[in-house]
Amino acid sequence: MTAAAATSTAPTQWRAGAIIVGHALRETVRRRVLLVVAALTLAFLVLYTLGAAFAFEEAGEFDQGFSSGLDDRTLTGATLEGLAMFATLFLGAILATFLTMGVVRGDAETGMLQPLIARPAGRSTVLLARTAGAATVAAGYVLVVYAITVAITSATGGWTPDNPIAAGLLLAVAVVIVTAISLLASVCLASTAQGIAVLMIYGGGITAGLLGQIGDALGSESLERVSVVTTWLLPFEAIYQSALYELTADTGGLTGFALNLGPFGGGRSGGFGLLAWAVAYVAILLGLGVWGFRRRDI
Amino acid sequence: MSSALSIRGLRKSFGTAEALAGVDIEVPPGKLVGLLGPNGAGKTTLTKIACGLTRPTSGSVEVAGAPAGSLEARSHTGYLAELFRFPGWLSADELLELHQKLAGSGGGAAERAELLELVGLADAREKLVERMSKGMQQRLGIAQALIGSPRLLLLDEPTSALDPGGRRIVRGLLEEVRSRGIAVLLNSHLLSEVERVCDSVTIIARGTVVASGRASELGGDNSVEIDTDRGMERYEGVGREGIPKLVAELVGAGRSVYAVRETGSTLEDAYLEAVGGESR
Repeated sequence: MTAAAATSTAPTQWRAGAIIVGHALRETVRRRVLLVVAALTLAFLVLYTLGAAFAFEEAGEFDQGFSSGLDDRTLTGATLEGLAMFATLFLGAILATFLTMGVVRGDAETGMLQPLIARPAGRSTVLLARTAGAATVAAGYVLVVYAITVAITSATGGWTPDNPIAAGLLLAVAVVIVTAISLLASVCLASTAQGIAVLMIYGGGITAGLLGQIGDALGSESLERVSVVTTWLLPFEAIYQSALYELTADTGGLTGFALNLGPFGGGRSGGFGLLAWAVAYVAILLGLGVWGFRRRDI
Repeated sequence: MSSALSIRGLRKSFGTAEALAGVDIEVPPGKLVGLLGPNGAGKTTLTKIACGLTRPTSGSVEVAGAPAGSLEARSHTGYLAELFRFPGWLSADELLELHQKLAGSGGGAAERAELLELVGLADAREKLVERMSKGMQQRLGIAQALIGSPRLLLLDEPTSALDPGGRRIVRGLLEEVRSRGIAVLLNSHLLSEVERVCDSVTIIARGTVVASGRASELGGDNSVEIDTDRGMERYEGVGREGIPKLVAELVGAGRSVYAVRETGSTLEDAYLEAVGGESR
């Protein structure tokens, strides 16, 4: 209430958004979210390193004396990296869900939201900034963990993905989609219901993707149709499949065929159309979230 | 100069329940208006509409001439909700700094220090919110609401968690705020507090204004009981302002005065009459 304070000018929405993103990022550091995540991720990476080392060693022993036409190094490496991507996306989805837990309805119920949105930052700014903060952390996390698993796979077995950068970026896009789903859920649902809903949606999407792969292997059109519909409804699964595809995009022959039979290999490329849909999907979810948030009495 | 808060024909329905059924309230610049009413009368809903958290069904609400909820209106408003929670991992100073940024206040560290001093938290500058008592958090909430020297301060039960010492600090603070030209709408259940600090009082019940005016006017005629050397004497029609003169006259006449007590109609009586004894 000093003379200097008497002159206050509302920040632009961009500036307000940047302040809220900074606040959210600071919270992840101060509440030791990143520390806990880093410790648990380290445990996962140690396990992955051990698993990869044993797998490559035993795969090499298995192929001795055979000339099956299978490239055991590629088969093992791609399968391991596919597994690592599955685990990374799962951890990223959990992180995204918890970072966005109760952002709207939950925080409104506890009284955390009111002081913020009574300030001259628009509700859309608050929601989009919280999305940006959570997506940045979750996508950054996924990219870092993925890069480390690629390095581990390369170091232990001498195999690297065909298109490692594309695969990593697609994985990050997948986790951004999960973040957007969670943000929309936070507008409609209380914290616990939001967390349950998002993780069940995530599980459902991944299961539908596996069903599609089974349908593909069995030649079942019904199962494949279920997978296609799910792809459009929950594109993070299709994006994940595209990321898997990028691991062995240039691998063909018997090895490529064998990889396509496994749950962590092969995948399907959705192409540019899928990426465009993913971008539109995130925009639609955020648009619905902003619309719902603006209409909500707090 | 436009009113700090101007409410005209405000209605708000939640489904079939009508929380506000046509409310008119005016808060002039620099005035402290108390908002009273039983639980469920619509006080909190009204406050939330004024700061843009809740949308009105109909009617007009303006803050310093701008529609309530607009960015301009919010830049003129300081608000402390009845139910609020601040991030526990922030210190008092960091919380105020965050709100300075969001409000666009250029007050810097000097403003933060002054506000913490004003609410009696000068020693708690570095203290984390999660380590503060509810009363300290409430005072910090008031400091937060004062960031950027708003033209209108909306306080929803700001003393509900405070002990008598804390309430006294807030009373002093409200008088200080008023002296700086900031208008205040004080939503409180504590009639004595409202009576002491507010310039005027509005009582709402069942979503409508049932009484409005100065606390002394609403209270009606007062009488005074004076304990003198001749025993207890009752004087009718003596307002609070007339007590010093009456006592001076008695003492001037050689009488001994031991105690004085107002016994006439109080704000509490006026309140209970206005709301029809309603309590939820």
